[in-house]
Amino acid sequence: MSHYIHDDKIKDLELMANKIRQAIIEMLIEAGSGHTAGSLGMADIFTALYFHILNHDPKNPDWPERDRLILSNGHICPVRYAAMAYSGYFPIEELKTLRKFGSRLQGHPERNMLPGVETTSGPLGSGLGEAAGIAYGARMDGKKFRVYCAMSDAEHQSGNLWESAMFAGNNKLNNLTGIIDRNNIQISGMTENVMALEPLRAKYEAFNWHVLEVDGHNIEEFVDAVEEAKTIYEKPTVIIAHTIPGKGIPEMEFDYKWHGIAPKPEEGERFLKELRKNVE
Amino acid sequence: MLNKETDKIPTRDGFGKGLVDAGEKDERIVVLCADLAESTRCHWFKEKFPARYIELGVAEQNLVTIASGLANYGKIPFISSYAVFNPGRNNEQIRTLVSLSKLPVKIAGGHAGVSVGPDGATHQGLEDIALMRVQPNMTVLIPCDAIEARKATLAAAFYDGPVYIRLGREKTAVFTTEETPFEIGKANILRVGKDATVIGCGSLLYNALIAAEELSKDKIDVEVINCHTIKPLDAETILSSVKKTSAIVSVEEHQIMGGLGSAVAEMLAQNFPAPQELIGVRDRFGESGEAGELIEALGMGVKDIKAAIIKVIKRKK
Repeated sequence: MSHYIHDDKIKDLELMANKIRQAIIEMLIEAGSGHTAGSLGMADIFTALYFHILNHDPKNPDWPERDRLILSNGHICPVRYAAMAYSGYFPIEELKTLRKFGSRLQGHPERNMLPGVETTSGPLGSGLGEAAGIAYGARMDGKKFRVYCAMSDAEHQSGNLWESAMFAGNNKLNNLTGIIDRNNIQISGMTENVMALEPLRAKYEAFNWHVLEVDGHNIEEFVDAVEEAKTIYEKPTVIIAHTIPGKGIPEMEFDYKWHGIAPKPEEGERFLKELRKNVE
Repeated sequence: MLNKETDKIPTRDGFGKGLVDAGEKDERIVVLCADLAESTRCHWFKEKFPARYIELGVAEQNLVTIASGLANYGKIPFISSYAVFNPGRNNEQIRTLVSLSKLPVKIAGGHAGVSVGPDGATHQGLEDIALMRVQPNMTVLIPCDAIEARKATLAAAFYDGPVYIRLGREKTAVFTTEETPFEIGKANILRVGKDATVIGCGSLLYNALIAAEELSKDKIDVEVINCHTIKPLDAETILSSVKKTSAIVSVEEHQIMGGLGSAVAEMLAQNFPAPQELIGVRDRFGESGEAGELIEALGMGVKDIKAAIIKVIKRKK
């Protein structure tokens, strides 16, 4: 039993995560393109962040003391947009404008378009540096908020990310928590076949990070890990969240082909039925 | 202005002094450098404000990503390295995390041009103006001497948005004064004339002034414009000059493709087409040598500028 979250709250969050998954499918059907597998896989974590962990105010997205959530792998923005809409940043109806001309919900998120998005992202490997820069600046001014950086696993193939990991370790940025979506897929296959990431834990440890590993679909485990990170004084912490790409839709799970495509309308309707069945 | 006894100081020194001035004026100013604090003159800021100096090590991509985060939080970061790396190596990070993000990161590209000298082609930045001026939201400044570099650095610090400043390594003539006005986007007329306009940026402007002076002995009356801001380009000043002279020569220590000359040609083609000659590097890399000999060897010496002026006047009809 967790010291940090009650069982009834976990149940509520699991129901919300299901709603977020449905919203993701609905958005992507409407958009006709986008990234489905990673968005679904991170639904539990984004729900935990927006509805339990983050100290934020959806009605005041520029509140200076808010926790910052940086989404480095911008392509899974449907999960962020859905969590933002359901927590009150903007009308849920607006989710249907994803990827459309004139929309604030760009195909990859832009900070100047939608308040609360924090950073413009999509090109992989650079979110951790931005997060580390915010954490460094906040520490200079004695600010108490925390900085979270959600990353994909495959973006750890890029050099810029490791430059930033080295910087954060070197500067002991204990107000920074990295969250890795370790779903094992990338656009052209399984990560370990494209360019192996393992041993990922040892790499971070070698860069002077505190490393935790959790089941990314177990909200209690994730919340506990985030709380443990707050107790680590001398290092930044990274949470390697083992997730199932496409989680919630059995025929999509672990199929890398769903990395970068959206469901067709008839497929999507079937997926929505499956998701609704889970909460009956 | 053309006094032979004129001081010679590198523009990087003006930048270093400007950083200290900016740091004194505003606590939000922070300086980030990739293991080149001394040669880019960030070390003066580092000595004065150690808590606001951030060392990145040899990691130019991270120079941008960290600075973007600092600016996102509320700081005004300057990032400094050599132009071949910054904005060369880290160009996409600048595009996404600075220009598209509209964050006030100030990018300083040092050791620009062939006048870097003996270090050779790998370290002679000749593409940086092109790389920066094609990015929306970016302002591009190229100070002509150390005094102007100090002013440009201060102006960049308090300019709302991303700015690129191009700097040189070599000691070059100081030919502006503390009183010379400097306003981003407002070109300065250094010399009034009616037969041809010479527009330049950076320390090579001094060669343009000598060329104009020498041609005046042959009764050729040349107007010289200091175009320290490549973007936004001061179309008004350039057009009014070219409407008077009907001929223009652009002068820059950069590839002629994509630099000042291109910016001027693009503007004139749409408003007031006129014969133009371009002085600059012609689709080749530099090489080792002394600054002065490389400037001559690559066709950017005083005699080359004079020849271009005579040629462009002949093309008028």
